[in-house]
Amino acid sequence: MSSQSLYVAGHRGRKVSSACATGFMVLSFVVMLVPLVLIVGYVIKRGAGVISWSFLTEDLPIIDRLPGGGIAPAIVGTLLIVGAATLMAVPLGLLGGIYLNEYGGKRRTASVVRFLADVMTGVPSVVMGLFIFSIWTLRYQYSAFGGALALACLMLPIVIRTSEEVLRLVAHDQREASYALGGRKATTIGRIVLPAAAPGIISGALLAIARAAGETAPLLFTILYVTKTNTSLFHGPNVALPLLIFKNAQSPFTAAADRAWGAALTLIVIVFLFTLLARIVAAGFDRRRRA
Amino acid sequence: MSIDLRPPPTPSAPKKLSESGKPPGSRSDRVFRYLALGGGLLVFVILALIAWSTTKEAWPAFTHEGISFITSSTWNPSKNQYGALALIYGTLVTSIIALVFAVPISFGIALFVTEIAPGWLRRPVTYVVDLLATIPSVVFGLWGIAVLARAIPGFYQNVSDLVSPIPGLKTLLSGDPISGASLMTAGLILALMIVPIVTSIAREIFATVPSEQKEAAYGLGATRWEMIRGAIFPYARSGLVAGTMIGLGRALGETIAVALVVGSNARITAHLFSSGDTMAGIIANQFGESTGLQRSALIGLGVVLFVITILVGVLARWIVNRTQHELNTGAVR
Amino acid sequence: MTIIPTGSRSMSEVTTTPGSTEPVLGAESELPEEAREIVFEIRNLAVRYGGALAVRDVTLDIAANEITAVIGPSGCGKSTFIRCLNRMNDLVAGATVEGLVRFHGEDLYDQRVDPATVRRRIGMVFQRPNPFPKSIYDNVAYGPRINKMKHNLDDTVERALTHAALWDEVKDKLKKSGLALSGGQQQRLCIARALAVQPDVLLMDEPCSALDPIATARIEDLMEDLKREYTIVIVTHNMQQAARVSDRTAFLTTEVGESGHRSGRLVEFDRTATIFTHPSDPRTEGYITGRFG
Repeated sequence: MSSQSLYVAGHRGRKVSSACATGFMVLSFVVMLVPLVLIVGYVIKRGAGVISWSFLTEDLPIIDRLPGGGIAPAIVGTLLIVGAATLMAVPLGLLGGIYLNEYGGKRRTASVVRFLADVMTGVPSVVMGLFIFSIWTLRYQYSAFGGALALACLMLPIVIRTSEEVLRLVAHDQREASYALGGRKATTIGRIVLPAAAPGIISGALLAIARAAGETAPLLFTILYVTKTNTSLFHGPNVALPLLIFKNAQSPFTAAADRAWGAALTLIVIVFLFTLLARIVAAGFDRRRRA
Repeated sequence: MSIDLRPPPTPSAPKKLSESGKPPGSRSDRVFRYLALGGGLLVFVILALIAWSTTKEAWPAFTHEGISFITSSTWNPSKNQYGALALIYGTLVTSIIALVFAVPISFGIALFVTEIAPGWLRRPVTYVVDLLATIPSVVFGLWGIAVLARAIPGFYQNVSDLVSPIPGLKTLLSGDPISGASLMTAGLILALMIVPIVTSIAREIFATVPSEQKEAAYGLGATRWEMIRGAIFPYARSGLVAGTMIGLGRALGETIAVALVVGSNARITAHLFSSGDTMAGIIANQFGESTGLQRSALIGLGVVLFVITILVGVLARWIVNRTQHELNTGAVR
Repeated sequence: MTIIPTGSRSMSEVTTTPGSTEPVLGAESELPEEAREIVFEIRNLAVRYGGALAVRDVTLDIAANEITAVIGPSGCGKSTFIRCLNRMNDLVAGATVEGLVRFHGEDLYDQRVDPATVRRRIGMVFQRPNPFPKSIYDNVAYGPRINKMKHNLDDTVERALTHAALWDEVKDKLKKSGLALSGGQQQRLCIARALAVQPDVLLMDEPCSALDPIATARIEDLMEDLKREYTIVIVTHNMQQAARVSDRTAFLTTEVGESGHRSGRLVEFDRTATIFTHPSDPRTEGYITGRFG
């Protein structure tokens, strides 16, 4: 039996199928990349021509199809609604994360809460909107606060789970050192664990904000629509960027379409900034943890 | 160090440990504990409130329609007929189309990142995929209706002509009229939207496959593809199923993009290049002008959607937990 | 608390009674037995983790102003034992402590006793230096702050750092991060941090295992100084260290119980000199000679 040369391929078919598989993997990435570039490129191309100082600072025209006017009410509304949602969801979600990691551990209650938080992450945003509509808006009318409640419900499970993950990374020996000095659990969490985990928690919160800022469906049923800036959280209907885009996207008129693209670029920039900020904070957290 | 640095030691026995009732701080400790527990239980409270309040508002429509709410396919507000079957059908069909495209691509990208890409390329690829996840749903919708739906009918027509001799595909992809805003367009947009989540789950799962398993396969002379089939897929199977289900949950509930590109035509049709409608889509499009029974019926669609996505989510988590249990106990095939 | 100057601890001065595990009275010993103030009385201590026995049959007395060393092979429950003395095991889910631990005559595990108070009175230094990611000053001030001892905080911090023989090295950079110090300095910072709440006892769980020989020597010198005012219990895997620094030594070993589960138990507790020259138990002798060759 003569020894086979290593340079001679054993089975051509096997090699070919492996090469095909490799090709498919590379192709998958390309297939995803092309629409991403097309979408972002098109939004920039259409949006950049629309955005101007007056576009960002003026009120909406009373009728969509009229040209001119700006999107200021929607920018203000988005910031107001997302800000209020953050103020509700982040502290409560953080408490939930603290419960899961610091108190619950492997207890049954904690497993149930963890499971339900995962399930809640999967609840469609449109359902959250209908929920707040039926429990809040029907009684207290349309307002920015209703939208904030709906977005807070979407953010809550995300904040809970990310803060649990981040708290878990805080070194155990730091907690022990605090306990050994007579520190109580609340003291130890407040003075040692949370400061150490802060960048991770902030990064998680920023990602949740980025996701919430782009949501449209929960706002459809909770804030209605206005054309003038409304800075009140509790009184009167409001408007937000995603809602504005949705309304104008369905319009056949050029002025409305232009407005939609300009608002889309503004929204993408806002969301992207939050995401970028989250990445920077998270990178700092990683570095500090490894040091 | 001879200087006495401590306060003079007490001559008598040191202060009792158990003295003076409750020590300071233990009270606030308990308060904080209950606060944290409250934060956790809030999730339970909200889920229960969602179920209760939406069902309550949907009740008039449920009692008006009875079982035909989910068995009838006639959705006609002007005649107060609210049968959701066509919408359930549209929701399922668009979601299945999304999975058919998104799952292979997502697994491909995840394998590309974990198995092929050189080290320096992994992070950028991951960032780019995550970037896709940051694009708001309404922007996908805007692009879908303004660009894709206008450009794609010609392509659909070509495909339709191509497959018309093939019996099965003829039913699905061939016929009149071909529409840019269609079940297929909605499915494609949905596919784009769920690629990031499915990719990131698949990537995490592939990363947990022990390198010994891969090396064992390579050691037996396997090619890369044979290694992936023989070592990675069996190990990752249930995790991938769960990731797919989480993607399915997202697709089922996705609203705004679908509302814009699905064509808003509530009917059951096998022709994927023609218009349809979904539950979430019709809620977004009709809620604003609705009152009374129609509004109640739209909230009822939300209840159905809630139940379906909860079931899908629970099933996915159940599979994930079972997988983790298997990994912990070493019972993986 | 009576402060009695420590004498030399030359091994030849110690007499032993073979076969006895009780502390031995000797005319030449450094402290007359009746003058020893017992801080911890430990009787039949056993610890279980989730039902599985980790260590058992620990009965010994720990006296004030002495250094008591705990030695034994890895897995013998040394750390588990020392963590019973300040109720750190309370924090481990599923850990249960049986038997009796008296601290100045008081049951440490009494229902009315508050674990946080216990830990303030009984300080602890850990295996790996674990300063907080805060400034040197804030590290030392942490304990006084959370225990509402904020009076003259600057003095307290200076005293604790001086006590831990670190003041001269750090007095100009108190605002620098504690993590910027070397390993040995970090461990002394941790000692200073423990001393700042003015404990009676200092528990040290293998405090030098992560340090180089020079840093180790500094900590050992420091322990000699601290002994005058504190009661010190040290767990160490390094027998020479136990021989060098301690007055009394407890030897723990691992045993396979009836159920086939490994657990630790106390074999012998005696003056350090006795343990290292005339151990009464063959297992102690085997461990010591085995290690020294």
